[in-house]
Amino acid sequence: MFFLRLLAGVSSALAAVLIAATALAADLSALVTNLTTGSFGDRETAVGALAASGDARAAPILEALGAGQLYLRKSDNAVVIGKPDGNQLALTEAISGKPAGTGSEAELDRVRVNNRLRGVIEAAVGSLTLMSPDPRVRRDAADSLFKRPDPAALAALDAAIAGEKDARIKTAFQEARAAVVLVSDASKQDKLAALEVVRDKGNRDALSVLQAAINGASDPDVKAAATAAAASVRQSLAGWEAAQNVWYGISLGSVLLLAAIGLAITFGTMGVINMAHGEMVMLGAYTTFVVQDIIRTSFPHLFDASLVIALPLAFVVAGAVGIAIERGIIRFLYGRPLDTLLATWGLSLVLQQAVRSIFGPSNREVGAPAFMSGAFQLGQLTITYGRLWIVVFSLLVFVTLILVLRKTPLGLYMRAVTQNRPMASAMGIRTPRVDALTFGLGSGIAGLAGVALSQIDNVSPNLGQGYIIDSFMVVVFGGVGNLFGTLVGATALGIVNKFLEPYAGAVLGKILVLVFIILFIQRRPRGLFALKGRSVE
Amino acid sequence: MITRFLWQGMGPMLRVAVLFVLAIGIILPLLNQLMPASSAFHVPAWVLQLIGKYLCFASLALAVDLVWGFCGILTLGHAAFFALGGYCMGMYLMRQIGSRGQYGNPLLPDFMVFLNYKELPWFWHGFDQFWFAAIMIVLVPSVLALALGWFAFRSRVTGVYLSIITQAMTFALMLAFFRNDMGLGGNNGMTDFKDILGFSVQSDATRATLCFTSALALAIFLVISGAVVGSRFGKALTAVRDAESRMRFLGYRVEGYKLFVFVLSAAMAGVAGALYVPQVGIINPSEFSPGNSIEAVLWVAVGGRGTLIGPILGAFAVNFGKTYLTGALPEVWLFALGALFIAVTLFLPKGIVGLWSQIRNRGTARKARVPA
Repeated sequence: MFFLRLLAGVSSALAAVLIAATALAADLSALVTNLTTGSFGDRETAVGALAASGDARAAPILEALGAGQLYLRKSDNAVVIGKPDGNQLALTEAISGKPAGTGSEAELDRVRVNNRLRGVIEAAVGSLTLMSPDPRVRRDAADSLFKRPDPAALAALDAAIAGEKDARIKTAFQEARAAVVLVSDASKQDKLAALEVVRDKGNRDALSVLQAAINGASDPDVKAAATAAAASVRQSLAGWEAAQNVWYGISLGSVLLLAAIGLAITFGTMGVINMAHGEMVMLGAYTTFVVQDIIRTSFPHLFDASLVIALPLAFVVAGAVGIAIERGIIRFLYGRPLDTLLATWGLSLVLQQAVRSIFGPSNREVGAPAFMSGAFQLGQLTITYGRLWIVVFSLLVFVTLILVLRKTPLGLYMRAVTQNRPMASAMGIRTPRVDALTFGLGSGIAGLAGVALSQIDNVSPNLGQGYIIDSFMVVVFGGVGNLFGTLVGATALGIVNKFLEPYAGAVLGKILVLVFIILFIQRRPRGLFALKGRSVE
Repeated sequence: MITRFLWQGMGPMLRVAVLFVLAIGIILPLLNQLMPASSAFHVPAWVLQLIGKYLCFASLALAVDLVWGFCGILTLGHAAFFALGGYCMGMYLMRQIGSRGQYGNPLLPDFMVFLNYKELPWFWHGFDQFWFAAIMIVLVPSVLALALGWFAFRSRVTGVYLSIITQAMTFALMLAFFRNDMGLGGNNGMTDFKDILGFSVQSDATRATLCFTSALALAIFLVISGAVVGSRFGKALTAVRDAESRMRFLGYRVEGYKLFVFVLSAAMAGVAGALYVPQVGIINPSEFSPGNSIEAVLWVAVGGRGTLIGPILGAFAVNFGKTYLTGALPEVWLFALGALFIAVTLFLPKGIVGLWSQIRNRGTARKARVPA
């Protein structure tokens, strides 16, 4: 069996080499001129010869011929391609692809084709794209052949496999060949081998190929093998789907983490209920918008760096506003948490209305820099770079914050003040200053979150409102005063949300999560990771 | 006899307030009905509607004050009880439309015909009867409050955590009511009401009656609250607010006190919402939005928490300002509201009612405890 396939491979490779050698000898322009002369039979030979040349320039010519857009200009017998352009035809030289002015139907002779010739042309174009020098074109050709297998393409595929050097494209060719074998009248052994190849591909397209094989199989063994292969593909697809949900969950969790982590500082360690936290996020997003706006109008070449420039600015803007809030309002309300809640809610209304008055009520557009657009494939997962960067960014912010709290003097003071204010004060720490800086740090991180969220959410005055309840949920769920709790809480809530969505729908899933947290707080009022010992009170 | 007992139990300020509310509720509708439209004393229908709305808001504020001012539970979800009462009334009013709707279906309300419902959902049965709707108006908010309160108070969720839970509750309800397949009108809610108890909701006489009923309800709530707060039970309630752990150690069942007042307050809010809906002619899920609940808390804070008159003053003052500003200077309203939140918490912790004592005590050290 294996020996036979090897033999077939070697012989087709030899054939391909021979064809290529003869094609090189012939001049392309001569081949093209042959297309326009002689009977339909002669043209068929010419099409075959052109296809065998493997020349990339041949593909558009053949496509034009198939579409009836290949013409012979009467004045100089040049072969041109004509595309309709108003009443006239816009002409391009067939071989060089250069524009050749316009012409009317009367000045041109259409190269005629019949149905039989069209079929030949189609197959020729298919095999030409398989031979294309551009790897992406070859890959697309293999993919489209996999989705719509055509037994006629078998020979071309064999030649392409033999000539292919790129291992990934070669695999794609082999998978396409397997799909083609399944619809052809190949032997039972060949079909069984092909089933294995298709099964190993294992995505949705493979499943539909297998489904077609089950429906079309006449041999019971092939049918059974195809059914087994389809079951195995379904199983692996379910696994990938779970992985996809986990990824979406992590991605949502990272957004929640970004929004909540600043709150974990102000609410978690200082005990200040800042209902205007969402508005700090919004300020960060608007800072990004302003930075991009200035860059667009004045320094367009810096556009890709706009987010990097916006990060420190957003931190400073939101942090400064936070310090102002702490100095102006919150410090008078320590020990009265419910009053703090009301005052900061009022503040959030003022900030929203201020932004609405300055920037208008509609959504503002923040563009994505080049490194954040696009996506890549990991197995059957599609991962967009934007989401990936946000996950990375949120982890970076998290780690930085932990380091600030553990390794810097400011972090030391902050921990000292939150654990025992009178003692810290007695040791010479200026507690009001530390309070202001802590609040500024929490707000500044909210500003950083705003830069990231501007990439995935609408930048509008209501941006922050959507996150405030979720953020509180994350902090309360994870355990107040515990940053790792916030990390776990955000990720867990994100993943649970995404797993509920397919069953319950997005809104109902969110409601279920809220109800779950309400019940959870009843069981563990101090969150998932409650602080123990002295630091509790 | 009971009336006399209640009357004697009330302080002089409260008596004046009850009589004043009743006077508004009787005089304004009478002036509308008896005076000819040309008379200078004629009260137009829109004023009645506005006053009726304010009276419902005042009832809601009183309900919030009962739990916040007297028991120290800052609820950020009372608008949910208000809206639930409103939805119960809305369902009754929808069933009264009958075959006069756009699609003329005698059984199904318009939005259900539009959404291709084949039959009435189970929870809509019975709402064609007013007595059933009236029971539900009290029962639905009470049961929700009972369930939430039982869970929360038993596991000693207090302070800010409770506030956030109640806020999450109203947020979840808002999301739920926005869904079309909830069977309660989705986004658009319910509107286009025709009659209530056989009278057209559009007519002046009905508006006058509704305004009077709202005033009556507020007066009754004032009397009930006065009785609750003035009793031994009320003293214990205030003690729970000020020193919960101490009360627990003294052997009081703190959860029971909180639960009772929470459920009572939810029922009051539900009735207020039910009276609100026929006067404004619409109920939709935005009534559940967390902002509404917090605004109700602001009315109490502005008027003076921990007093029975304060919330009523606050509700009228803030809503009058809202009506005026949203008409005259719409951009300024949110600035004013936000500034009011900040100013009241910073400078007027005892509200308008406490202003006098605050000024009087300016020289002496301020020791008055503010319920946090």
